[in-house]
This record gives sequence, C-alpha cells and structure tokens, in this order.
Amino acid sequence: MTGDRVLRMALPAAMLALVVLVWDLTVRLFAIPPYVLPGPGLVATTLIADRALLWQSLLVTLSITVQGFALASIGGVFWAVVFNQFRLIEYSFYPYAVILQVTPVIAIAPLLLIYMPQSLAVLVCAWIVAFFPVLANTTLGLNSVDHNLLALFELYKASRWQILMRLKLPAALPQMLAGLRIAGGLSLIGAVVAEIAAGSAGAGSGLAYRIAESGYRLNIPRMFAALLLLSLAGVAIFLVLSAVSYAVLRRWHESAIRRER
Amino acid sequence: MPPEESSPAHPVVTLRGVGKTFERGTVALDGFDLTVRAGEFVSLLGPSGCGKSTALRIVAGLSQASVGTVETTAGHSGGIGFVFQDPTLMPWADVATNVRLPLDLLPGDAVTSRDAVARALASVGLTEFAASYPRELSGGMRMRASIARALVTGPQLLLMDEPFAALDEINRFKLNNDLLALWHDLRRTVIFVTHSVFESVYLSQRIVVMTSRPGRVFAEIDIPASQPRNEEFRTSADYAGYCRQVADALAGAMAVTS
Ligand SMILES: Nc1ncnc2c1ncn2[C@@H]1O[C@H](COP(=O)(O)OP(=O)(O)O)[C@@H](O)[C@H]1O
Ligand SMILES: [Mg+2]
Repeated sequence: MTGDRVLRMALPAAMLALVVLVWDLTVRLFAIPPYVLPGPGLVATTLIADRALLWQSLLVTLSITVQGFALASIGGVFWAVVFNQFRLIEYSFYPYAVILQVTPVIAIAPLLLIYMPQSLAVLVCAWIVAFFPVLANTTLGLNSVDHNLLALFELYKASRWQILMRLKLPAALPQMLAGLRIAGGLSLIGAVVAEIAAGSAGAGSGLAYRIAESGYRLNIPRMFAALLLLSLAGVAIFLVLSAVSYAVLRRWHESAIRRER
Repeated sequence: MPPEESSPAHPVVTLRGVGKTFERGTVALDGFDLTVRAGEFVSLLGPSGCGKSTALRIVAGLSQASVGTVETTAGHSGGIGFVFQDPTLMPWADVATNVRLPLDLLPGDAVTSRDAVARALASVGLTEFAASYPRELSGGMRMRASIARALVTGPQLLLMDEPFAALDEINRFKLNNDLLALWHDLRRTVIFVTHSVFESVYLSQRIVVMTSRPGRVFAEIDIPASQPRNEEFRTSADYAGYCRQVADALAGAMAVTS
C-alpha cells in the first residue's frame, strides 16, 4: 500500500522533471527566442521578478472564483431542494437552468460586460458555469434515495421536513460533493473567460487579464508565469474540495474508502 | 408463547377480500384473506412475485388495498416494526443512530429513547457495535441492526420481508434461532415472509401458502411442533415431515399458477 502511494507521488514528479528537462533542452538546442518559447528558467525568474504584480492578480482571480463558487454552491443546493420539494417549480424553471448551462459562457460574457461593471460581470460568469453542476448533481442525489428507507420514514409518519433533513440531504451528500468539486474548477474557468472577454478594454487586474495583456505586449515569459499560477490555483481548488469531500464521506461512502486486500 | 387453545387471542391483523391492482394493471393480490392473532408467528410462503411483499406493505399501511378491508390493532405510531430484505440502514449514520431513528421520528423524550436503543441493541447482540458504521459490519450484523431498529419502539406487530434471504446458511440459521428466542422473550406477533419451505417450517406456528397471479391463499398449515425449536428440531423426523407437507402444498400452489 505504501509502495503504491510512493509511486503515485514519484511518477508524476519524475514525469514533470522529464518534461521540464526536455523543454529546457529544446529551447537551448534550437536557440528558440524567448518571445516564441521562453525556457523554464526564464519563466521561473519572471515569476519571481513579477511576483508583486502576479500575486496581486492571483488574489483578484481567486477572490472572484471563490465568490462565484460560494454563490453557485448555495444557489445550486437551495434550488435543488426547492425543485425536489415543489414539482411545479421544477417543471417551470429546470429547462432554463439547462439553457443557462448549454449556452457557452464565452458567448454570454461580452453581453454581460455591456450591462454590468466588469467585476460583477466576471463574478456572474463564474457563477453561471458553476451553478449547474451543483444543481444537477444535488438534484440527482436528492432523487436517488433508497425507496425502502423512504418507506421506513413513512412507516414512522415522518414529516416532509424530517424526510428532507434526515434522509434526502444526507443521502445526496456524495453527489452534492461531486458537483461542488466540478463547480470549483468551473468557476475558475468562468472567471478567466470573462476576464479574457473584457480583454485590454477592461480595468481588471486578474491573472487572465495579465495573460491577455502580456500577449499584446509580447511579454511571453510573463504569459507563461501567469498561466502557471492559474493552473496551480486550479489544482489547489481541486485538492481542497477533494479533501473536504473525503473528510465528509470518510466513514461511510464507498468512494472515500480505501479497499483493503 | 403459543396462544392457549381454549381462549384464542384477539386478532392483531385481519385482511378480508383484499385485492391490489397496480397502475400498469398487474393484479398482485385478489381475494386475499388473512387473520393473525396476538402472539402468533405466521409465515407467508410463496414463489417470487406472488404478492407477499405487497400483502406485507398493505398490513404496514405503506400501500393501500384496492379493494377489501384491512384492520389492525397495531396501527398506532410505533405499533408496527418492519424489516426489509436488505438491511436498509442509513450508511451515513452509526448503528446506534440507525436504531434510534424510529424514536427520533416519533415524538418522545431522549432519556427513554437512550434506554430503548440500548435494550434493542442488546437484544440482537450488537451492544459493542453501537458506534460502528453499517459498512463496517458483516451482512448478518447489519441485519441484526435492522431488526433492532424495528424492535426499538416496542412494536406490537413485527413484519419481516425475507429478512434473511441474502445471508449465507450459517448466518441464516443463527439468526433464525435468535429470532425465535426474541419472539419467545418479547411475545410479539410476527408476520414473516419467505420463499424457503425449511425456514418457514422451522420458525412458524402457521404457514400461509400463496398462489401467484393473482396472489391469494392456497393453503394454511399449522406447525404444532412443541417449543423450543432448536438444532435438534431441525434434524428431527417431525421437521422433515412438516417440510414435506408444506413443500407439497407449495407445489400445488405453483401448479394452480401455471
Ligand atoms: N410498485 C409496483 N408497481 C407495479 N407492480 C408491482 C409493484 N410492486 C409489485 N408489483 C408486482 O406485483 C406482483 C407481486 O409483487 P411482490 O408483492 O413484490 O411479490 P413477492 O414479494 O411475493 O415476490 C409482481 O408481479 C410485481 O411485479
Ligand atoms: Mg418480495
């Protein structure tokens, strides 16, 4: 088991080292100019040299992402519960939630930027893409309650409230958490998309804005540095949400339990 | 305790001419009659799909009969305990919380419920596992937890729907014995659904053999063998004789069906 864990850490690390090495050698060997492809060393130095600027931008993007994620989580769970409890409301609104989901956010963003201040538009984009996975997954979870458990609650004359709080919501937790994990990554994407759409016209200072801006200025090393930070932010969000999911489901759900052999 | 011959106990469940037709037109029960008296252990025996579960759910009030009358003196809250084929435990809650569920749902105070949970757990031998989660238990132990939950309200009537069908034979025999001991101690009325001739003969005072499509009573067979029933009874000539008698009745019921 521990051997497996070591492998799971060591292999990606070795892979990373290999890629960086090949990257570095390619840049050196073919004497590729930094405005086409900067080497890993240059990206690292840029990351350090521009740290104040990039850190600032990272905080802006992260803060929007977290806000969008929080609103999407609360909204998604809330509406899933409302839909579950009131069929007619579900019939009335669910199709529009789907429309919101299937319309590419990149196409909505420019429109939002016309009607709203940029910071709000970015937040709304982050929310739009993150909302649906929470809604859809939580809805699925609420509907997949064991029928016999439901019968048992009826046998003891449980109220709707008791069925919701003691049965449906706990039963929906695994799916809800899966939805949240997807939503975390998506809200980052939503924020980035809106910042890019705002482009140089925007007054924003998020990481995506830095990438666009560096692109116009042909500051390719900074583009790479910003992109690296963005990826790391995405990975961090995923890890945090996975850890939360694991901590909640650890004792009871198959997905969180290591199989012992 | 078997009821005394001279003064039959009052009926706990009376079904008269009960029929159940599902929306799609499936006739699960038709003209089904059943009377179960206080303290009796009655088995419903029949092939899969003959309406045993449907009958049990109607007795529990979980399903409404399409026609006929259903009377039970155990209809008050907590008066009926139900055990499903699957343990049907809440996987997110530990054993004690699962067993306490009926008391949490019904109005009552916390102190008496703590005692009741402890007693129910003790009665199925799960005291040490109160804090375990269902997935940490074996299949047999999960079923015990499920039985403890059904017993925790002190129900007058215990309904069991093929509770041991998914267990291996060793566990099934053990739980059969424990169930009989419980029935003896607690003097509850039990309706037990099974498709096993051997299990029904071992446990019951009376076996109701059902036909399918539509489900109705084909034969009722008394198993007057004296208590206690134990491993000795399981290998006795009496037991084998009853099993043959019941198996013949079941074969007859299946012949009617086809
Ligand atoms: N909820 C339901 N809807 C439609 N048909 C059902 C439903 N429940 C049971 N049935 C049908 O009723 C018949 C009896 O089912 P059931 O009572 O489960 O039988 P048993 O428990 O003896 O195996 C079967 O034909 C089954 O398909
Ligand atoms: Mg059944």
